[in-house]
Amino acid sequence: MQAVSRLRGFWPGMITARSNSNRSSDRLLYWLLVPVFVVSILPIVRLGFEGVMVGGVPSFDYFRDVLGNGSTWQATANSLYTAGLGTIISLLIGGSFAFLVALTDVRAKAALVFCFMIPMMIPPQITALSWVQLTGPSSALLNAFGIAPAMGSPQPLYSAEGIALLLGIQHASIVFLTLRANLRMLPREQIEAARLAGARGGRLWWQIILPLTSPGLIAGTAMAFVTALGNFGITAMLGIPANYATLPTLIYQKLAGFGPSVLGEVSVLAMLIGAIAICGVALHHRLLSKRDYRLMGMVGRPLDIRLGARRPMIEGILWTVLVAILVVPLLALIATSLVPAFGVKLNFDNYSFAAFREVLFVQPSTARAFQNSFMLSVGAAVTLVLVCLPLAYVMVRRPSRLTKLINLLVEVPYALPGVVLAIACILLFIRIPLLDVSLYGTLGIIFIAYLARFLVIALRPVMNSFSQLDPALEEAAQACGAGLGRRLRDILLPLAAPSAAAGALLVFLTAFNELTVSALLWASGNETLGVLIFNLDDSGDTVLASAVAVMVVLVVIALMSCFQLASRRLPKGVVPWQT
Amino acid sequence: MADINLSRITKSFGDYRAVNQVSLDIADGEFVALLGPSGCGKTTLLRLLAGFEEPDGGVISLGGQVVADPQSNIMVTPEMRNLGIVFQSYALWPHMSVARNVGYPLEVRGLGRAERDHKIKAALDTVALGPYADRSPTELSGGQRQRVALARCLVMEPRAVLLDEPLANLDVHLRETMQQAFLDFHRRTGATMIYVTHDQAEAMAMADRIAVMDKGHIRQMAAPETLYREPADLMVAGFVGAGAVLPISNVSITDDRTCSVRLGDTDVAARICPNFVRNRAAAHAGQAGICLRPEDVWVDDAGALRGSVEDCVYLGGRFRLSVRIGQDRDHVLPVYANRRARIGENVGLKVSDGWVFDRMQGEAA
Repeated sequence: MQAVSRLRGFWPGMITARSNSNRSSDRLLYWLLVPVFVVSILPIVRLGFEGVMVGGVPSFDYFRDVLGNGSTWQATANSLYTAGLGTIISLLIGGSFAFLVALTDVRAKAALVFCFMIPMMIPPQITALSWVQLTGPSSALLNAFGIAPAMGSPQPLYSAEGIALLLGIQHASIVFLTLRANLRMLPREQIEAARLAGARGGRLWWQIILPLTSPGLIAGTAMAFVTALGNFGITAMLGIPANYATLPTLIYQKLAGFGPSVLGEVSVLAMLIGAIAICGVALHHRLLSKRDYRLMGMVGRPLDIRLGARRPMIEGILWTVLVAILVVPLLALIATSLVPAFGVKLNFDNYSFAAFREVLFVQPSTARAFQNSFMLSVGAAVTLVLVCLPLAYVMVRRPSRLTKLINLLVEVPYALPGVVLAIACILLFIRIPLLDVSLYGTLGIIFIAYLARFLVIALRPVMNSFSQLDPALEEAAQACGAGLGRRLRDILLPLAAPSAAAGALLVFLTAFNELTVSALLWASGNETLGVLIFNLDDSGDTVLASAVAVMVVLVVIALMSCFQLASRRLPKGVVPWQT
Repeated sequence: MADINLSRITKSFGDYRAVNQVSLDIADGEFVALLGPSGCGKTTLLRLLAGFEEPDGGVISLGGQVVADPQSNIMVTPEMRNLGIVFQSYALWPHMSVARNVGYPLEVRGLGRAERDHKIKAALDTVALGPYADRSPTELSGGQRQRVALARCLVMEPRAVLLDEPLANLDVHLRETMQQAFLDFHRRTGATMIYVTHDQAEAMAMADRIAVMDKGHIRQMAAPETLYREPADLMVAGFVGAGAVLPISNVSITDDRTCSVRLGDTDVAARICPNFVRNRAAAHAGQAGICLRPEDVWVDDAGALRGSVEDCVYLGGRFRLSVRIGQDRDHVLPVYANRRARIGENVGLKVSDGWVFDRMQGEAA
């Protein structure tokens, strides 16, 4: 899910707008940029200071301590290994799906795409939980069929390769989305010209299609890597039991174990992971800048390579892969949530909904988590949409150097791994300057972190919709005598409303499932759903964790279906999986 | 309705001067076309007039009221200028019905419901769209949408109606119908209309006067027939109407209005630009040219001007030949003929009229 908007963020410059002469009433709009700056940029700046100040004095002690520690480098190596291997897996799965769906005449493309997007929208901790429930000796699903490995045999996913596999599956959709967007821009004529020139089969793929789609491949790879690097849900659920630390889990364990006293140390770790992410993005830009393949010709007439007799077979393979990476793990999750007690063999007579009743109505902490996550995500969605409507207007219709800078900066809290933002927020809000109030350990700090992190998710659809809006629509109202406020109310708001609603829903969906940021910011009494699943699993309440996870998955699929149904009424580019 | 006066208006985008020292006076009720190739500054001029752009220098006044004067820091916003605009893209609001689109200016002005409905109905009837009041604009055809946009202008009783290439998105057949609709509208309402287009046929068919623009300047402003018969310079001669401009060196001025020009081996009688008479030196500096329209040149075997046919196109009823003439065969004349000619055929031409002018340079005076 995070990756969806990150993906848009990689093309920030696609907004064209006619600049308008400034008028004094408009200048009020610029004040909006102030809170955006405070929430999005200030925490990151504060983080930068922390690493080089010890007790208010400039010093590199933290750097020396942390970088001199072997565990730092072990975690870095682990992060790079799992993220790297995971990216290769994403590239294989997502790449082949993209090529087959975008270029060939396989049937039921919409259904394929929708199902392929679900793994990305399901929070990573649930992915991890469901796969753990699928493999290993205590799997309820395998036990029900009597094919589980013998008791005592190791859980194969508790390993570096297990982490990489799940990272690969989780982020395959990112590669798929970027590559498919690229492939759809590929005009039919270029392929046809190559065929007329005599290129066939492998040569056509290797010499024409692949080079033309390399920008999409590179962008998808970079995004999958950076997202995998920042992933906390999978690396924590699989790595911590295996004692296999990556940078995000190392930060989590240090902070969970020692509290704010290790803030200086974890700041350096956060900067380290941030630096690796920035290197990934920079490398991607460098590679891309060397290939300027402007695709000429009619866009919108995508290729339909005929598969002929092989079509049923290829369709079979695609759906089998989907069943394997999506349906089977979810079945395992559902099976676990239905067992009457952990370890009992599930059959049609003894299944029970007790776990659902327990988490919904009995346990106060689970009910509270539902309530917290609901409040946080609704609050974030509503606040962000209210801010984003005027903000997007300023950025699209009154572009200036300042708005272009803001346009880049709002990406930062989202593009950086979540742990980086979390640490940055703790540093800034543990004692708010001037007010002398601490937000640490309250819901407030999570709320602010959500605002920073998800601003860009709400902003992009609205900006998209404003920039697709003919400026003449607004000018016509102006000529009719309508002032700025009136134009916003009568013309712009109604026309941008569908995109704003879509942005709000996306924020809700993302925030409702969020784990990485809240894992570092929560305190007892204000746990979120993501934290709840993580904690329940951690304390051995796997059945309860699975029940919560099943409900979350249902919410995710329901919301995605809403998008799918509404997609025709939304402007282009608002629904993440439709280009 | 009101006079519109622009005085020495300048507007730059970065280093690019889109409008350069343009002065223009438009009388109440006039239909003026701004004509020019793309990028000539005509749309910018319209947007300056509407108030969407602020001039860098110069004064714009509407009916005696100064609405833009950067030197005195005056800039009346578009919403306060009371000008109607018809956009190329129609700019109808898709979330409002046709009636609400048309009535929006009245809504903004706070008119009562009954009065509003009455005026909306009258405006829609003017453009013959009465029965479409409750439709959504998306259900209408391009021409109908443009008429709704026109009704929206009409209802606010603007000082002038500005039209920015309103027919560019319509197909050829519809364009003619819409031209007629604009003309009817103009006759019935007597509104001042300023019409931006790059299509000279459109401008000539509708406008009382046409301002030909190029590179930010107005090259000539005159009635369509004057533009066609008496272009002021090379750019106008080439842009308006078919024909050819030949450089000439030998002009013997007969009187204030006529002259005789040496073309090939023959003398041709032509009309002459008064400027030219006043400024005879130009003739000797190689600054003179003659504009020949195809209907003034006839194929006549007895004609002393000889040339070879390069191309022959049937137009229905007559042929248009391209005839290469001159000692070095370096000029091509479009000529109408009643019979088909072979490519390469040697023909004689007779010139019955021409227009001699002295501004052969690209720069405006």
